[in-house]
Amino acid sequence: MTAIPATGPSLSKRARGLLPYLGIAACALWCLAPFYWMVISAFRRPQDQFDNTVVPVRWSLENFTAVFSGGNAFGRALLNSLVVAGTTTLLTLLVGVVTAYALARLSFPFKNAVLGIIIATTMFPGVSQLVPLLKLFTGIGWINTYQAMVVPSLGFALPLSVWLLTTFFRQLPFELEQAAMVDGCTRGQAFRRIIVPLAAPGVFTTAIITFIAAWNEYLIALSMVNEKDMQTATVAISKFTGISGFDQPFGTQMAAGVIVTVPLVIVVLIFQRRIVAGLTAGGVK
Amino acid sequence: MATTINEGTPVIPTGRSRRAKVADSGGRLAALLLSPTMLVLALVIGYPVLAGFRESLFTRGEGLDADGFVVEGERFVGLDNYAAIFSGDRATAFWNAFGNTTFFTVTTVFLETVIGVAMALIMQRAFRGRAFVRASILVPWAIPTAISGLLWRWIFQADGAANAVLGTDILWTADGPAAKTAVIIAEVWKTSPFIALLVLAGLQMIPREVYEAAQVDGAGALQRFWRITLPLVKPALLVAVLFRMLDVLRMFDLPAVLVGVNQKSVQTLTTISWFEASNLRYGSAAAYATVLFVYIAVISYLFVKLLGADIIGQAREVRKKPATKAGAKTVRKVAA
Repeated sequence: MTAIPATGPSLSKRARGLLPYLGIAACALWCLAPFYWMVISAFRRPQDQFDNTVVPVRWSLENFTAVFSGGNAFGRALLNSLVVAGTTTLLTLLVGVVTAYALARLSFPFKNAVLGIIIATTMFPGVSQLVPLLKLFTGIGWINTYQAMVVPSLGFALPLSVWLLTTFFRQLPFELEQAAMVDGCTRGQAFRRIIVPLAAPGVFTTAIITFIAAWNEYLIALSMVNEKDMQTATVAISKFTGISGFDQPFGTQMAAGVIVTVPLVIVVLIFQRRIVAGLTAGGVK
Repeated sequence: MATTINEGTPVIPTGRSRRAKVADSGGRLAALLLSPTMLVLALVIGYPVLAGFRESLFTRGEGLDADGFVVEGERFVGLDNYAAIFSGDRATAFWNAFGNTTFFTVTTVFLETVIGVAMALIMQRAFRGRAFVRASILVPWAIPTAISGLLWRWIFQADGAANAVLGTDILWTADGPAAKTAVIIAEVWKTSPFIALLVLAGLQMIPREVYEAAQVDGAGALQRFWRITLPLVKPALLVAVLFRMLDVLRMFDLPAVLVGVNQKSVQTLTTISWFEASNLRYGSAAAYATVLFVYIAVISYLFVKLLGADIIGQAREVRKKPATKAGAKTVRKVAA
């Protein structure tokens, strides 16, 4: 970048050609440097934890073993997260696919109003659910259960997935469905045999995005559960306790963070084209 | 005409009565298909809003009895919870949280927009590295906010990476103005890539010819940006900015994990409400939540009304496309 005002037009031209690459490097550095720091910190030995070298002096898996040992019970937390996020995703898809089909395919009065309501609910602050649902769940003995985390999560996951699915379904070639119905399929059959297979990629993308949103949930999971065995991964990591008492066990937390995020990052990178299409079409979250 | 054909009913359109019938059956089927979602939303969102408002008008017996148990029982206190928030002894706490929420919203959304647009412009220019940047841009998005809070808490440690890089000795995660900065940096890091993705999608819709024509007419790079790029990505950008604003207004994870709940400098309306609820002061917690709800509703209403952010526009717009492309063809065939 500093080379631009230097000598000669040829050099400045070459510098201009380099400029996009510098920009790219800046973007990538911005996005990846903190993540890199998490990974690197996880692989340091606990006694080197506060080193600020770019690469660990000694690599070690000690932080990772600490994640699963002692009072952290992280395996259980991962399972809890999987159950909660998985159930939320499954339920929202079951309900959402039907609704999104109606929104994408049928024309009916107040359709824009329905779309407006669905998009408005995505703006809903999660804390507004907190007190009423906390009281309700205390009353019916749901505190420290999976459903106490799944049900509130539907509040943000359902509008999100309906919205994404609707935008995906709109792009489907519905003439095929008409053709099937001309050939004697009922509307339901045409939907099952023609539309469902074609819609599968969009449904799959929606599933990933919804799962990530549910997996990342923190406020409700923190409030509805006070037993360690029922904590989700995000809550459990933030509550890790160190061996040395008051010190925050950053090494262990970074290792747990790596365990939680690296699979997500890999999945996201594999399906990045779809996910980008979903995010830009939905514009939510 | 096109919409009638798009109904998907395998019939030859025979005039008005047929069309009305189709729309009617469509309406009934739609109601049937929509009802599960609407029912769930009414239960998990509609009910809490109303019950929360009711709750905000009550107060619980807050004392502990002789055995140390919380005394149950609620009293109707009308608007006392709100009065206490706005002007009572906790008024400073509320206005502090309200101010922080607004401050975070304005600063982070502004920075995200600037950085996001810059990133999008870079990605659009770069052909070879685009896939790489797009992949790396998804990384902050995929990291749970609570984890990113921990990650930044680690970076912002007294002897952590941030101070080492900057050569400073700032106590970022202690209560104070530095904590605000830390929250803003962490939030902007995580979400500006999201704006970049949306803006990039908008940029790719702009035809090249527009720029070429402007260049022929002698428009400079800056002029092209202000006069062509910005107005044309404005719809996409407005929606992105609206969603970001609403997300920051309800921010909880990041300040709670990065600095802590009930820390004055990063207290937001959500953290203060959560703190009240966790101390079993449900009435005032619900009042804070209701105020936040109304604040968010007002802001989004103003945003949509004043700036004309068309949030369901994408849904409407995409609907037209198949109608003109495929629909028109079908119509012509049927007409012939």
